[in-house]
Amino acid sequence: MLLLAGRRLASMILIMIVISILLFLIFEGDKLALAARVLGPYSPMEGRLQWLEDNGYNRPLIVRYFSWLYGFITGDWKVSAQFNRPVLEFLAPRLANTAILGLCVFLITAMISLVLGVLSGIKEGGPLDRVITVASVFTTSIPEFASATFLVAIFVFWLDWLPGSSSFSNGFSWVELILPITVLVLYNFGYYTRMTRASMAEVMTSQYVRTAVLKGLPFKRVVVKHALRNALIAPFTVMILQLNYLLSGIIVTEVFFAYDGFGKAIYDAALFGDIYIVQAGAMVAVFVAVLSQFISDVGYTYLNPRIRFA
Amino acid sequence: MTVTSAPATEMPRRRHPLIRFFKSLALLRESYVGMLGAFLVLFWIAMALGADLMPLRDPLAQSAPDLLKPALSASPDGGTYWLGTDDKGRDILSRLIYGSRLVLFWSILATVVAYAVGMLLGVMAGYRGGWWDEIISFFGNVLLSFPQMVLYLVILSNFGPNSDVGRYLGSALGISGTVVSGIIIIFAITFSVAPQVARIVRGLVLDLKTRDYIAAAEVRGEKPLYIMLVELLPNARGPLIVDACLRIGYVIIAIAVLGFLSLGLPPPDPDWGKMIAEVRGFGSIAGNAMLWPAIAISSLVFGLNLLADGLREISLRD
Repeated sequence: MLLLAGRRLASMILIMIVISILLFLIFEGDKLALAARVLGPYSPMEGRLQWLEDNGYNRPLIVRYFSWLYGFITGDWKVSAQFNRPVLEFLAPRLANTAILGLCVFLITAMISLVLGVLSGIKEGGPLDRVITVASVFTTSIPEFASATFLVAIFVFWLDWLPGSSSFSNGFSWVELILPITVLVLYNFGYYTRMTRASMAEVMTSQYVRTAVLKGLPFKRVVVKHALRNALIAPFTVMILQLNYLLSGIIVTEVFFAYDGFGKAIYDAALFGDIYIVQAGAMVAVFVAVLSQFISDVGYTYLNPRIRFA
Repeated sequence: MTVTSAPATEMPRRRHPLIRFFKSLALLRESYVGMLGAFLVLFWIAMALGADLMPLRDPLAQSAPDLLKPALSASPDGGTYWLGTDDKGRDILSRLIYGSRLVLFWSILATVVAYAVGMLLGVMAGYRGGWWDEIISFFGNVLLSFPQMVLYLVILSNFGPNSDVGRYLGSALGISGTVVSGIIIIFAITFSVAPQVARIVRGLVLDLKTRDYIAAAEVRGEKPLYIMLVELLPNARGPLIVDACLRIGYVIIAIAVLGFLSLGLPPPDPDWGKMIAEVRGFGSIAGNAMLWPAIAISSLVFGLNLLADGLREISLRD
């Protein structure tokens, strides 16, 4: 366990370093354009050069990289060019907003897809299974911005029940969270449902379930006591592994609904060329990805006692 | 010394590969789901190929008096805007149909390129093993731990047609902004899709390379390149075809999302994602103009996903 954690930590640090170097190299190109964006399109050239000089963008790449790396480790995540604020101070509330959104989406998706997946996996090929399978393929085929369009057309323009943007301009409100959460749940639940279904269907054809049925146990008890725990191992690991993919959808959804979160911050920063926000965002994302891999590995071994840590 | 070559029984004649391909495609009849998928996909392919044959308006022609008209409204020249117009008075039906051409062309090209790169890397990693495997797998992991959308954002905002690199590419090679942005999109999609393909192929190859026919080829003295390309890859094709079908769907979504985030093909090209983004600011009066591109992209991806399902069903049967 500790060995696994250590190995994961080492590979995470290595991956973070490679990614941060790559990002520095990629953002190296357009420094003057960045100064122009900060100072406005009609700013004089001398002013732009002075800005680059003052903010340390003219130092050699290696110096800047190590200065960033040192700052990152010691908690000084540099200053955002776009907002002229420390990156950490700027990102923290954004991260909290996205955490709320992501957590709600994850929990709701997990519940819906486990229930639907188990129901359709109990009797593979039955009518219920057919309906659930087609429905999950259907919702997974609609990209987030398209389903957001449909939902806004229905619930905002037509019925006028919900607000069309989620910028929390009048403080936090759950009503504004409904549409973003629905959009993300619709797109994501299909995949999880199909994973759960496949795993459940496999378990239902196994020898021990047949034995349990043949020895006369009530069907409900067979499903709940014998099949469920074994069927949920694979979907559990997949769901946690997919946290990383959730972020892509979150970016689009946050931009669509003007939700002030982490994804929209990365989007704005990438367009602006604000390297320190992108760097910090990428590091957080990689950290979440590796952490979720680790949790899924540990969870897998916990749920499946046949596997031991090597 | 005589060579004896007298096969005891006549070998069944092998048909031309194309004929066998269509024969197996005909099996799709047995899956309703697959048929529906194939119908949707073929519908959009037909639209893309036949766009010039249909009596459509110019997808780029703007008409100032007809802004954001609802569906089925009359146009000043006596015709009908079947699906209405967008915020610049352009005909939505014609933009959708010409847009299908762009969407299908760039997404299929991007998938093919990403697949080629991914298969090569995967077969190298799986067959060569050792350091090749370590290096390819490590960089694959680096790219995979990047959330896809962040990768796209970073690549397109720094190398897209409006950046220094994009402008340089455009002027140096003398190509239009559309082509520059298409190339960068392919590049970005390759970076995110190829590692996933490589991982699948590597797994398949690790299994295949223990087979007797690979040992036979090695004993025969075939070069590694021949073994990888001729012996290994064709035998890994089954799962890959289904995966490619799903993958095109993802790539279409990715390209449309980029269009929506204004990082895709530059205006005035009728990219479906961009069509939604362009009219979004108008609020409820643009409901009609937003709806149709959303339906178009959903139906195409739905078709591809159903087709993949049908293909998987028939490939599991035999």
